[in-house]
Amino acid sequence: MTVQKPPILRVENICKALGGKEILKSVSFSLNKGELKVLIGPSGAGKSTLLQCINFLIPPDKGHVWLEGVEVQSRRKRDLYAFRQQVGMIFQDFNLFDHLNALENVAIALRKVKKMHRPEARDRAVAELEQVGLGDKKHLYPAELSGGQKQRVSIARALAMDPKIMLLDEPTSALDPELIGEVLSVIRDLARGGMTMILATHQIGFTRSLADEVLFMEHGIIIEQGSPEELLSPKACTRSRDFCSRLNDLYTENE
Amino acid sequence: MDTAFYSTQLIPALNRGLVMSVKLIIPSGLIGLMLGIVIGTLRTFGHPFIRKAANAYATVFRGTPLVVQLFLLYFGLPNLGIYLDAYTAAVFGFILCSGAYHSEYIRGGLLSIKKGQLLAAQAMGFSMFKTMSSIIVPQALRRALPGCGNEIIYLIKYSSLAYIITCIELTGEGKIIATRTFRYTEVFLVIGFYYLVLVTIASFILQKLEEKFKIPGFGKA
Repeated sequence: MTVQKPPILRVENICKALGGKEILKSVSFSLNKGELKVLIGPSGAGKSTLLQCINFLIPPDKGHVWLEGVEVQSRRKRDLYAFRQQVGMIFQDFNLFDHLNALENVAIALRKVKKMHRPEARDRAVAELEQVGLGDKKHLYPAELSGGQKQRVSIARALAMDPKIMLLDEPTSALDPELIGEVLSVIRDLARGGMTMILATHQIGFTRSLADEVLFMEHGIIIEQGSPEELLSPKACTRSRDFCSRLNDLYTENE
Repeated sequence: MDTAFYSTQLIPALNRGLVMSVKLIIPSGLIGLMLGIVIGTLRTFGHPFIRKAANAYATVFRGTPLVVQLFLLYFGLPNLGIYLDAYTAAVFGFILCSGAYHSEYIRGGLLSIKKGQLLAAQAMGFSMFKTMSSIIVPQALRRALPGCGNEIIYLIKYSSLAYIITCIELTGEGKIIATRTFRYTEVFLVIGFYYLVLVTIASFILQKLEEKFKIPGFGKA
């Protein structure tokens, strides 16, 4: 008999109102080790807010978050900072540190947060950049990189912290169509390597091929939840399916 | 031309004054800038209560004449049992005044940094202090540097007010000679030239600093 392991991340009853408008209305889900869950839904559904509530960049009004069975005490600064180190985040618009080159972007948190020595942090940063195929671009500044390269640096930066889970907030939405592929391929490698991830995206093809589960969000709640086949197959009669076929009409995906 | 007047009286006195001016300007400039960085950051990202206090400081020191501040430090503080010598009072006054002005330039720089920079740092577990010191302030400083340089150039010139509270620097030494010899035009022309040289050197250093901290993507290519 196998012992049921607790989920690596459990999010329960997250509520958030911003400017008097309820953005999240009691959202709950959990994530097992090695799973990739994809968050889809129309813009304004609350996907970004949900992801930022998970690591308390936006403090939720209500709700609880557990990492490996331990509830995160977001009010205790030390606990919060320790928790965030274990949760990598990728943003839609990259948010690379503009004053640092690619290498320093990856190394700075290792030095300042993980207190690594400079040479050690440097070596680790170089290794992470090589992992995302940017070993030769390490001395370039964000302004000198393409969108796809910037997003790969930001993935390297998150991975250098050895996160237990990754939150990816529409990582390809700000990219030119011809640059989406290089970022998706890095994410695909991560998924195959067993990284636990929650990914907000509009890349339906990618979702179909890699997601363990799809969460469809609208108006601040998860209204549908299931495997990609259940929700997105042509025969499925779901809100998700409906939304995705409309997306497909709008964009021709480059997969 | 009466070269003896210049070589035996004016130039030695002004050089003596110049040394004192430099002794006033360098600590005031450096500490004033550091104070401005701290105050500017608190005014932008501080706890609301601290923010109010920092704003109040900036309002008072930007809102009152420097001469008034110097008089209060030198002649007013003894009423509270605090005795500062003229040099210390002058440096304190300059630091507090230039810190208030610097804080405004720094604040402008900080407000221009996109929120994503803050989010990215915090998402990796940076504390608020480290987010500021490693990510936000270094970027804001680059944008504030031209303004801060302006303030340092002002400081070089308003350091001449030190002589009013008996800290005899460049202007003070010159004024003594001018009063004694009644050769105001010559004396103040030479003093003006001294300041021009000081400001030129400061501008040169500031320009080198801007070049040193230049980063692709900030300003023109």
